[in-house]
Amino acid sequence: MAMDTRKCVGCSDCVVACQTENNVPLGFCRDWIVESVKGTYPDTVQMHFKSERCMHCENTPCVRTCPTGASHVIEGGIVKVTPNECIGCGACIESCPYDARYVHPEGYVDKCTFCDHRIAQGMNTACVDVCPTSCLIFGDLDDPKSPVSKVLQEKDWYVIAPEAGTQPQLYFLK
Amino acid sequence: MKTTRRQFIKIAGIGTAGVAVAGSVFGSVQKAAEKSLTKASSDSELTRTPTYCEVCFWKCAAWVYKDKEGNIKKLIGNDEDQHARGKLCPRGTGGLGMYYDEDRLKKPLIRRTNADGSQYYEEAEWDVALDFIADKMKGIKKDYGKENMALFVHGAPAKHFEYMFKAFGNENHAEPAYAQCAGPREAGFFATFGSGVGSPEPADMQNSKCIIFIGNHIGENMHNSFVQEVSTAIDNEADIIVVDPRLSTIGAKATHWLPIKPGTDIALLLAWMHVLIYDDLYDKEYIDKYAFGFNELKAHVANYTPEWAAGITTIDPELIRKSAYTMAAAAPAAVIHPGRHTTWYGDDTQRERAMAMINALLGAYGRRGGMYMGVKQKLPKYPVPAFPHPHWSWQNITKKKYKNAAVGLTNVLIDASLPDFPKEHQIKGWFIAGTSFINTIPDRKKMFKAMENQDLIVVVDTMPMEMTGYADVVLPESTYLERYDYSRAGKNRVPQIAFRMPAVEAKYDSKPAWWMAKELGNRLGLEKYYPWKNLEEVLDWQFKQVGSSLEEMKRIGVKTLVSQESIYLLPGEDFEFNTNTGKIELYSTDFAEKGYDPMPKFTRHDSPDPGFYHLVYGRTPMHTFGRTQNNPYLFDLYETNNIWINPRTAKLWGIDNGSELWLKNQDGVISEFSAKARLTERIRPDSIYMVHGFGHTNKKLSRTSGRGINDIPLITNIKIDPIMGGTGMRNNFVTFLLEEPSADEILAAANVDTSKEKSKEPSKEKSKNDTLKEVAKENHTKEEAKL
Repeated sequence: MAMDTRKCVGCSDCVVACQTENNVPLGFCRDWIVESVKGTYPDTVQMHFKSERCMHCENTPCVRTCPTGASHVIEGGIVKVTPNECIGCGACIESCPYDARYVHPEGYVDKCTFCDHRIAQGMNTACVDVCPTSCLIFGDLDDPKSPVSKVLQEKDWYVIAPEAGTQPQLYFLK
Repeated sequence: MKTTRRQFIKIAGIGTAGVAVAGSVFGSVQKAAEKSLTKASSDSELTRTPTYCEVCFWKCAAWVYKDKEGNIKKLIGNDEDQHARGKLCPRGTGGLGMYYDEDRLKKPLIRRTNADGSQYYEEAEWDVALDFIADKMKGIKKDYGKENMALFVHGAPAKHFEYMFKAFGNENHAEPAYAQCAGPREAGFFATFGSGVGSPEPADMQNSKCIIFIGNHIGENMHNSFVQEVSTAIDNEADIIVVDPRLSTIGAKATHWLPIKPGTDIALLLAWMHVLIYDDLYDKEYIDKYAFGFNELKAHVANYTPEWAAGITTIDPELIRKSAYTMAAAAPAAVIHPGRHTTWYGDDTQRERAMAMINALLGAYGRRGGMYMGVKQKLPKYPVPAFPHPHWSWQNITKKKYKNAAVGLTNVLIDASLPDFPKEHQIKGWFIAGTSFINTIPDRKKMFKAMENQDLIVVVDTMPMEMTGYADVVLPESTYLERYDYSRAGKNRVPQIAFRMPAVEAKYDSKPAWWMAKELGNRLGLEKYYPWKNLEEVLDWQFKQVGSSLEEMKRIGVKTLVSQESIYLLPGEDFEFNTNTGKIELYSTDFAEKGYDPMPKFTRHDSPDPGFYHLVYGRTPMHTFGRTQNNPYLFDLYETNNIWINPRTAKLWGIDNGSELWLKNQDGVISEFSAKARLTERIRPDSIYMVHGFGHTNKKLSRTSGRGINDIPLITNIKIDPIMGGTGMRNNFVTFLLEEPSADEILAAANVDTSKEKSKEPSKEKSKNDTLKEVAKENHTKEEAKL
């Protein structure tokens, strides 16, 4: 997934759309908005928003630290948790550099699934479909013709905390 | 014991046994969620019905998705609709919270008085409540006249009650949407182009090469299709110019951000006109063909140089010049957006006119990328006898003073509600629907005096908003997800009709507004205006007149019709504008005739005393006005406002990020609650900013009560626009109180109804995830700095 910071207005539609699509209990969220401000008033101050969620890393400390195998990677690279195998120990939460996981009130760890139930039907994720600014771009990174691959070829991008070495798969367009 | 006639009554207070004391909706929604928590429902397991959104006035068409048990699961924008374009904004997506909110009004309530003078609400059956209202209305008609009542409305319920009041012979209707909001831009654009702006504003932003926003913080005011259009413009690498004392969201995306001193916009606009004219950047051919008064304007702005404006606005003259060149380079695909809430300083019609005139100089009106000329499909009115002609209406008490008021003014009708107003035109009853009036209209002292003088106050709402506490009768309205309404059929690029139907049965004992109005109408002897059984019958008849039907609309939700009219001027077209001269009036003959300035002049507004700051207020994308703060989904996204302060200002006061602050205005009014300081470089050091709509006092709004600061009580210096009568609300200044004031101090300062309830200890519990969000935010902000 890519996220265009030039267009995002930080409205949190992605957050509430995820909650209603995925039955995320109120008070919790699988994706969230970050506001970054740099510089000083009036000449150098700048601001942008990012919509963040699980980065679906290629190198997954959350899967490595999971003692039960509940945390796993499915075909296509989506990182998931199987609720009834999860004991809620929180090791994955500790190991995630992005704070992308939370403990569901039912006692298991929950996180972004890239709406795999929608993707299976050829749809986009709920957050991508709802975004009024169309700042989220989803697709297959292995396919050089997918919209997300194209945009990454054409535009400048960065990832968050590359030094953690997890090879995150959520790219932010400058 | 002497009590005020209109004690604030908290809903479910003494004597209202049986009004359910709701548990948190978190509980119920969460429980519903827990049943199927491991798996999101696939869309094929859900059924859908059409609606258009009522969380704000944009009215985006949407689909309501339900599971097999009939629970509303989600709301998704209708692909066919021009307002939604397949997407809802966060408020629309979270609109199901309006339905699930357990703090909703549940039964009709009637104000009763105990032997000791104390007052309470008694639950009533609909028959009893409606009989009570009809009797009171008949009493007002007999004692004063059927004209001596006022109807204050907002949103979809408006049409039903306006119809009923017209049938009753009363046209004293007003919406805060005009005199507290969009009125000045309607008057200013009308004087220039002979046509108002309307909603959605016909700014052709998706085709613009340059978009100019004057204090309009799009993206924070989450007008759905507009946010989408601006996003398209960003993709097209359009220039964006933002004039705002604050680096708004759109300001942060702008080519030029002009951090203007509040209250000086007209000086900037005059300087822009000066540059466009004297540097020969305006559209000469367009002005020659379509405009009247160019030479007068040229002479008028001769001395308004960028250097002149710089001293007033604090904007670098080179930036003023450069931004004028940027818009001229893009013209005619350039547009100054008219804005929406435009009642700022009392000379607002003139500011809006200056904006309209720049659109004219750019040749933007009627041009692709400028302003299009919207088209609509009118839905014929169901045939009924003509309404009786009232002996007098709002016009008799408004038009002498505010000659260009196009509709009723809330503030004039409130003035007419005071006991010293001439008896003939004195208002003795209020009927309010869909607006929490006291949190919308500035000048609370006057508001309370006016309420004391009413024989009847009826409030229709879905939620126990503060206004309900002052009613004699409270009527619980069904939410938009549970009712039929008239269709949306406004102007747009192509004519469309959007349809709303109930997705689910009405919860509790709530009723749709059309039903209330019809039932009341029948009790007032107006049966002949209600020949139909229900609204479905009316809608079906209307749809059939334009080649559709209720049955078809239930299936498609949005119907697109064909229009032959072009939304742009054709090349060389001889177009007659609806003004006195038939031209775009750079010199307004209408204003000149009526004694108003025919061309805008700059007037200096007050500046804050030392230690005081401009009170700038605005929107957050997660909420609408003051009406959504208790919605469980939207509360979850944004639960309280904070006070934006420039770090340099904060340093003078020793205020830290997160310091708890109370605000006091220039007249000594103290905020009822506190809010946290947010230190940010995104605002001028002479101004503070906060989001409107917070600081709810009614404890029955269990989630939001006591959270944040309400700007409305702090707005006591009102400057009335002499042209259309709007209430300028930005002439107010605040200072900080670092220590909590006592309740007595707050009340003494406000000098308001002391029986009003106070909640001093808002619950400040924080969910784990909030903490997680904050921690995440801190971490990521730190990382950001490293990049």
